[in-house]
Amino acid sequence: MASISRMRWATFALIAVAVFLTGCSDQLQWYVVSPATETGRTNLMFMLGGLKYTLLLSITAIIISIIIGLLVALPGISKNPFARGFNRVYVEVVRSVPLLVLILWVYYGLPIMLGIAINVFWAGVVALALSDSAFEAEIFRAGIQSVDRGQIEASDSLGLGYFDRMRYVVLPQALRRVLPPLGNQLVYMLKMSSLVSVIGMEELTRRANELVTAEYRPLETYTVLILEYLVLILLVSAGVRWLERRLAVKDGN
Amino acid sequence: MSTSDASAPVIRLNNVKKFYGSFQALDDISLDVAAGERMVICGPSGSGKSTLIRCVNQLETHDAGQVIVNGIDVGKNRKALREVRTNVGMVFQQFNLFPHLTVLENLTLGPMRARKLSKDKAVELARHYLERVRIPEQADKYPSQLSGGQQQRVAIARSLCMEPKVMLFDEPTSALDPEMISEVLDVMVELAESGMTMMVVTHEMGFAKKVADTMVFMDEGKIVEQSTPAEFFSNPKTERGRLFLQQILQH
Repeated sequence: MASISRMRWATFALIAVAVFLTGCSDQLQWYVVSPATETGRTNLMFMLGGLKYTLLLSITAIIISIIIGLLVALPGISKNPFARGFNRVYVEVVRSVPLLVLILWVYYGLPIMLGIAINVFWAGVVALALSDSAFEAEIFRAGIQSVDRGQIEASDSLGLGYFDRMRYVVLPQALRRVLPPLGNQLVYMLKMSSLVSVIGMEELTRRANELVTAEYRPLETYTVLILEYLVLILLVSAGVRWLERRLAVKDGN
Repeated sequence: MSTSDASAPVIRLNNVKKFYGSFQALDDISLDVAAGERMVICGPSGSGKSTLIRCVNQLETHDAGQVIVNGIDVGKNRKALREVRTNVGMVFQQFNLFPHLTVLENLTLGPMRARKLSKDKAVELARHYLERVRIPEQADKYPSQLSGGQQQRVAIARSLCMEPKVMLFDEPTSALDPEMISEVLDVMVELAESGMTMMVVTHEMGFAKKVADTMVFMDEGKIVEQSTPAEFFSNPKTERGRLFLQQILQH
């Protein structure tokens, strides 16, 4: 388990840095986030309270972005020039909007345009999912195009239709190959969910900001915040690696 | 979907032309394959023989002429194409097995999805044909765990599971190590003896002599000679045919 030992080392290193900082300056007041004190425990629980929304936000957004990404990728490999044009325009436009700008636009702009109320959570999900879907679409397109032409010919010669060919032959093979970049996007999504704090989503970063405002201890608080993301992301990459290995074993090679 | 006339050819090509840009791959090809006929197509590389066989199930589309399979003009009737393809098996040079599926799953996918057979029926069919290509014990392995010869036999079984009326072979032994060629050819000979209609692109002249009813010799996108193997091998009518045979048989 290479990723586990990597995770352990990274955690040790950060704690070592923190302890070192504590030792060389009496400006540091670790009690605000120390599990050993009453205040520290309360503050830590407050910070961890954001975990639920960080996870919920990222997971909902990645699921939606994978679906949109796939739906955008498929016309990208079509013979029809209009379908390919749609794919290109979608990818280029969505990819070029900075995520923070998209979050602001979806939260403040979209309700005016559509005349509907959108809550912070769904604004975050929509912005993250949209932004990510363009990258997802490119990943899927590359994955699908990497599947050998002979696989499609074999499916055709068996009389399989477009849907069956994609569902049973092309996508299972493409998905295996795009697992590493998909894992990358998942990690990216987890990190970028921190931006949704600007519209008031009570996720990890927002909670940390609020604690800083209350306690005036930015270094201690943000260090804990970094640790939170670190642990989360190391767990995710360990999960992706596990999935990769499992699929590789099933392939028999 | 097919014509009831038993004497009608299973495959009929009428003045078929195919271009890749300005290069003409097929130049006015006309031929008939009757039910039960075993046709072997040979010729130098680049002569258009693979293109020809791939036009039959429309993996390549032709630019002019007609390709008629079981009475259906596949160039005009794109909707019927899938139906036609379920009746035309194809074996590829590179096997093209599905690497993420087991041997059994490779064999049952087509029957279950394209022929809408139940899983039990498809598995029964798959086991029957694995028996016939003599690798029943490999059913649960993945293609990458098999030798090239075994993979090609699985590919033949996969096509047979569709219970096709015709089998197309596109250089089925060209990618194989020499010691594995005969195990594949044996299966093909058996298939020919069972009465299957076959169109085979190959350089295996021993196989051609043994099973072919008709030899077709192609060069530069044209059919140069079409005759019985006895005639073709002993007394080729054209200079190009003679030269080709000399080159291919000299070792």
